Amino acid sequence: MKQLTFDAVVIGGGAAGMAAALELDARGHSVLILEREDTLGGILMQCIHNGFGLIEFNEELTGPEFAQRFEEQVRARNIQASLRTTVLDIREESGLKAVYCVSPTQGMMRVESRAIVLAMGCRERNRGNIRIPGTRPAGIYTAGLAQRLVNIEGYIPGKDVVIIGSGDIGLIMARRMSWSGCKVHAVIEILPYPSGLTRNIVQCLNDFGIPLYLSHLVTDIYGKDRVEGIEVTPIESGALMHEKAFKIACDTVLLSVGLVPENELSRNAGIEIQPTTNGPWADSALMTTMPGVFACGNVLHVHDLVDYVVEEARRAGANAAAWLSGYRPAREIRAKTGSNIRYVMPMRVNPERENRLYMRSLVVKNDARLEVRLDGTVVKSRKLAHIQPSEMLSLTLVPEDLAAAGRDSTVEIALV
Amino acid sequence: MEQFDVAIIGAGVCGANVARKLSQYELDVALLEREIDVSLGTSKANSGIVHGGFHDHISTLKARLELQGALMFDRLHDELDFPFERCGILVAALHEDEMRAIEQLYLQGVENGVIGIEMCSRERMLELEPTLNPDVVGGLYAPSGGILEPYRFVFSLVESARKNGVHVKTEFEVESAAREGDYWRIRAKSGQEIRARYVVNSAGLHADTISTALGAERYTIVPRKGEYYLLDRATRAKPSRVIFPVPTEVSKGILVIPTVEGTVLIGPTASPASGKEDFATDREQLEHILHSARMMVPGLSENDVITSFAGLRAAYGGDFYIAPSEKAPALVQVAGIQSPGLTASPAIGEYVKDLLKKAGLRLVEKSDWDPYVRKVPRARDADPFALDTLVAQDPAYGDIVCRCERVSEAEIVAAIRAGHRTLDGIKYYTRAQMGRCQGGFCTYRIIRILMRETGMSFDEITKRGGDSFVLKGSL
Repeated sequence: MKQLTFDAVVIGGGAAGMAAALELDARGHSVLILEREDTLGGILMQCIHNGFGLIEFNEELTGPEFAQRFEEQVRARNIQASLRTTVLDIREESGLKAVYCVSPTQGMMRVESRAIVLAMGCRERNRGNIRIPGTRPAGIYTAGLAQRLVNIEGYIPGKDVVIIGSGDIGLIMARRMSWSGCKVHAVIEILPYPSGLTRNIVQCLNDFGIPLYLSHLVTDIYGKDRVEGIEVTPIESGALMHEKAFKIACDTVLLSVGLVPENELSRNAGIEIQPTTNGPWADSALMTTMPGVFACGNVLHVHDLVDYVVEEARRAGANAAAWLSGYRPAREIRAKTGSNIRYVMPMRVNPERENRLYMRSLVVKNDARLEVRLDGTVVKSRKLAHIQPSEMLSLTLVPEDLAAAGRDSTVEIALV
Repeated sequence: MEQFDVAIIGAGVCGANVARKLSQYELDVALLEREIDVSLGTSKANSGIVHGGFHDHISTLKARLELQGALMFDRLHDELDFPFERCGILVAALHEDEMRAIEQLYLQGVENGVIGIEMCSRERMLELEPTLNPDVVGGLYAPSGGILEPYRFVFSLVESARKNGVHVKTEFEVESAAREGDYWRIRAKSGQEIRARYVVNSAGLHADTISTALGAERYTIVPRKGEYYLLDRATRAKPSRVIFPVPTEVSKGILVIPTVEGTVLIGPTASPASGKEDFATDREQLEHILHSARMMVPGLSENDVITSFAGLRAAYGGDFYIAPSEKAPALVQVAGIQSPGLTASPAIGEYVKDLLKKAGLRLVEKSDWDPYVRKVPRARDADPFALDTLVAQDPAYGDIVCRCERVSEAEIVAAIRAGHRTLDGIKYYTRAQMGRCQGGFCTYRIIRILMRETGMSFDEITKRGGDSFVLKGSL
């Protein structure tokens, strides 16, 4: 078994992993990226539509273009990346981190380091997770798998399509399938509001005349060998209106019903996972409950834009570098959710440094106010014209905001 | 026209056991299957349990074969490389009144000669299974009960049979058969024909149709649906033994099963099916499963559900119907094999062999019969050093195709080379696509490997044969 030693190991070579590795390298630490696929870039590589990089590069790029800009920097700096490499296990061995991974060309490898950055991304929820009853024919795919099949493999999974869930990948695929000569009959969303970004509703559904059924549940998928159709039931005042149920004939069902951070490795390593985010617990440095192991990007919590992923990943990389150089925060205080907030990430803030917080709303609301309260006293507040759960919120807390913080203080983030 | 000593109709767990048993003798045997792969009927969608031998009285054929079959699994496991474990079975009583039924089961188990069966106090139950509802009042423990992957069992049986000379014909849907001298002339829907001296009807749900087609007994197999939920291996409430409720008149109830591969299966329901192709799941039935399973293991969460599915039991009266036909010559009926059919199946193989012998089939043992199949090493089971060795021998072991169940490309290729050329066939053989992402990440890679290994084009790839095409066009 091959033995390797680096200061830090980054697991995952998508946008988050590359951004974190660049920061570690820039601060003089040796770093190895472990990537499962045969290219760097992660899921961006199948996102051939544009709309990436508005914040990061101040221009609109496609997914592969966005990835390429990072990959070029990784190459220019000679950062090592082991491709087609699957990480099997993270262990603590004699005070160091040992990452066990395998590739067809290298065989098993044991990579020893003092810090790890988790950047494994997320996976799509599937039919079983949302428990749609019916038969189990061919023709049911997650939107991301369909995207891979169309954009990279070059195949059309079906001609008459219904999309379940209004997540962004589903919306993007509604447009993509329409462009490929398929008929997208409907997008069915259980909630009374869309799960995807507003710009995608406009550009991917409205521009193509694809109907969006809000507050509707798919109550059956039928078909023997291949999907033949679905049954849709409206929801009124929280109850299923069975007498108003209707059928839509189709040969393909695409699911875009949410994303789940992919944390099986973290969980097996004994890292604590939060039920609200399905990602690791993280302190102000984005460090998990396993000292020296950091997390960023969609493995930590699901982001709406890749621009925020790289922003967060840079901080994780920089924090991992600081950890390697011996920096430990003098004290941290708890960050918690107040009214209408689903989660706050990270869960600790450092009163001596600048803290960037991300959160998600539980509600759709106009003229909202985001409030930061330190032990009940509002220390910061911001007006927001419109908020919805699909769009991530962020704010920055500087040491002056937290000047009054004591040892047992708590910061609460609320939407009012 | 091809000519055989025995034609077995139906390559489910019964047909496969009969085929493997007969492969020990100097016989030409054909195993006929209407689907594209074996084990795609009732044998793939069931609880996957080796039962404890206490549910039925020894006066029934099914109890006798269950008891006999259960004892055969250790040897089969050793020979055939399918996942199997004797994890033990518990029957949990949640109410004092149910203890009377528990005692009945216990006495029946003792009478049946079940080894190690015991009555348990509440304390003993919770010690044996800490995930149980703390309100449990007592129960029954049968340590010999076990779990296995039923489709893997069938695949191995068929592989073994094939290795020992049995001809396996898939997509051979028997349409008619007629006597021609000392032979049955059997015609498939495709027009293909074979001749066989003896026929075994182990067609599961369709045994009645086959019996009619052969001009034998007319009877009716009633499909009874059982729905299941499969839970992620990461679930916090994974029991270590199979948990049964106290059975009712019609069924053994909703079980909580720790599968031999580490996931958790809950079910089955018992409801009438609208037909023999009715594999649809139903919202209310699925809710019932969750509710019932949580009565026994309260920690089970719907958040851990990764998929649901339905199987059909081939119901016919109360007992198995395994007998020589009284109307047609040289025909053995193997019908109405419901629970505990999987457990009984190895004994059914022996029993049918004996019935054929009585009917005049000459059995001469082969001197070179090989009971073993090639063991395919699995990346999931290998420690780092073992995996390193595997990759050195075959680099494809280093390519992990299915991340959720840790299945390497080498195993996918082995499945294809063993004849599994559909996405479902590969899934049941390797577990790729069976984990928490349900193929979201690996399906495209499996399609690539299938095309590369078989030369199939994209529009020939199916989920499980027939019209279940996966792709509808290319760019």
